[in-house]
Amino acid sequence: MSALAPLLLQALRAPAATVTLGEADWDLLLRQAGAANLLATLGYILEEHGVLARVPAPAREQLAWAQVLARRHRQAVRWEIRLVRQALRELGLPTILLKGAAYCAAGLPPAQGRLFSDIDILVPEERLAEAEAALMLAGWAGTHHDAYDQRYYREWMHELPPMQHTRRESLIDVHHAILPRTAAARPDSALLRAAAVPVEADPTLRVLAPVDMVLHSAVHLFTDGEFNNGLRDLVDLQRLLARFGTDARFWSRLVPRAHELELARPLFYALRYAAMLLGTDVPVPVGAAIASAAPPPWQLRLMDSLFRRALLPQHDSCGDGFSATARGLLYLRANWLRMPPLLLARHLFHKAFLSPRKVPQEAA
Amino acid sequence: MLTVGQLSRGELDRQLAGAGIRLGTGRFTTCLRSAIPSVADGIHLLYADYPLRPADGFADFHLQLTRPRNLRRWLGPQVTLLYDGRSLFKPLPLDQAFPMFEWGLNWCVSSRANRYLIVHAAVIEKGGRAAILPAPPGSGKSTLCAALVGRGGWRLLSDELTLLRLDDGEIVPLPRPISLKNGSIDVIRDYVPDSVMSRPVTDTVKGTVAHVRAPAASVARAADTARPAWVVFPRYEASAALQAVPLARGDTFMQLAGNCFNYSLLGAEGFTALAGLVEQSAGLRFTYSVLDEALAYFDALAAVP
Repeated sequence: MSALAPLLLQALRAPAATVTLGEADWDLLLRQAGAANLLATLGYILEEHGVLARVPAPAREQLAWAQVLARRHRQAVRWEIRLVRQALRELGLPTILLKGAAYCAAGLPPAQGRLFSDIDILVPEERLAEAEAALMLAGWAGTHHDAYDQRYYREWMHELPPMQHTRRESLIDVHHAILPRTAAARPDSALLRAAAVPVEADPTLRVLAPVDMVLHSAVHLFTDGEFNNGLRDLVDLQRLLARFGTDARFWSRLVPRAHELELARPLFYALRYAAMLLGTDVPVPVGAAIASAAPPPWQLRLMDSLFRRALLPQHDSCGDGFSATARGLLYLRANWLRMPPLLLARHLFHKAFLSPRKVPQEAA
Repeated sequence: MLTVGQLSRGELDRQLAGAGIRLGTGRFTTCLRSAIPSVADGIHLLYADYPLRPADGFADFHLQLTRPRNLRRWLGPQVTLLYDGRSLFKPLPLDQAFPMFEWGLNWCVSSRANRYLIVHAAVIEKGGRAAILPAPPGSGKSTLCAALVGRGGWRLLSDELTLLRLDDGEIVPLPRPISLKNGSIDVIRDYVPDSVMSRPVTDTVKGTVAHVRAPAASVARAADTARPAWVVFPRYEASAALQAVPLARGDTFMQLAGNCFNYSLLGAEGFTALAGLVEQSAGLRFTYSVLDEALAYFDALAAVP
């Protein structure tokens, strides 16, 4: 094991091989999984591979502790989704769920063990105001009251300022697109909405079509600058690919759809790092078809060195002296991708010097 | 099995400041690191009877108490608690380092160990039967608990966290130092003169706190579970006559649920476990002012077969 190929990656690549681990290895493995928010997920993956029963008892019990929390979380999210759907019923629109909420509602593998802090939905841009009003009537209120933040979200971003329920404190992000208005790539939301598929258990709910769901997951991970859940998101991708990839039509549609939605580059990165870090099997023709979306070789070498660090758990035992810098550079890159340079400079200037100071909140 | 007390003081300090010690408290193992002298003092004084688990084994929690490298350290030195490298709480004044370890470990257990229904309650045992003393603040729970285990012949299962195992409804001991606050420090110093107590730390969020060493016999039996038999809601009331009013099952249930850390988290499992507990336990609302009388009452409780 090296700091750039930590035990957790090995366990995720080859869950069955964990039967040879000793107690000290389990100690480290679970700490890495905890830092990556993957503790409960690891338990489910070990269970799927039939090795959970062979995990040493104290480590197995910790996995069970995490699973209790994850089960409760999933239950709460399902309840919250029902309330969101109820609030939006009058709009006459299907409720399209994104990311974690979608995995949860559709019962997809990443939903097992996953914890997330908000529910994301997608509505047509021209219906945003109605959706916002309907959610407000049902008790959700906007969270960003600063005039600049309002302008930032409403003019430049792909979502309303996050809304929080006044009693239950649940958060909801109302998106009209999956990338900011100011980003260079502009995936057509109408295409995403048109292809969305009803959830079997509740047809009033929809989730993105399999290819679109993978592409959204990829664009989220590889254009967003925050990597505290980077590995978890990569594991989501891997598990989605494993589920959808059994259908040959999925693979044949994936790359053409990525081009159609201007998301070939993020897909390239997603497949590359899922294979590199987690050993995901990508069919050879798919790999060949997406190769044209690669950045120039010098840039790819740089990206490799950045992502191979940023996608590791933020734990003392993972990464090297360059890891913090890599995260910092990717954060800058994300902002670069979100906005044209002048706008970005203005935004960063405003955030640094003009926005009211926020008291830093400590997680309790 | 090696215990903390078998290490020389120098060796304990060296291990704490280095790779840490693996402290066994009941079924939990905590890897603790700290170079802060008051932490070593507290461990040395209060945890001498506890087993040290092997360094190459599994630890449930990895805690470190350290002095944050911020500007404040030049004005008033502080201590911060790291959970496997991550800071979860605001730093406290350095003087509170040892209490912070106790609170931090309580947090670890109560927020993570979800294979137990966890009640904020003291729990003591006699003859295999356990009395659970839930603790609305200021109820005098810890005082009563310290008196019962210090002089009343009860075994300490825990002063803060009653762990009800979901599989079989047994109470799993977690004997650790008893936390006393303010006036009760002197009360117990007088009432249980041979108790070993840490230096009182002033000006914490709970006022002045001191910890009493758990009886060695209770620590030695940390693996022996107990059946719940009584749920006693204690209330200290100056110069009140002793009073024990039986509680209806429903009231006992609701009040216990209100003192649980993870009742709603456990969902149906939590409900079943709590219902099972209440089914086999007598609920009592207990008012006392004189510890001698309280102990006599608990003796009588335990004497009834």
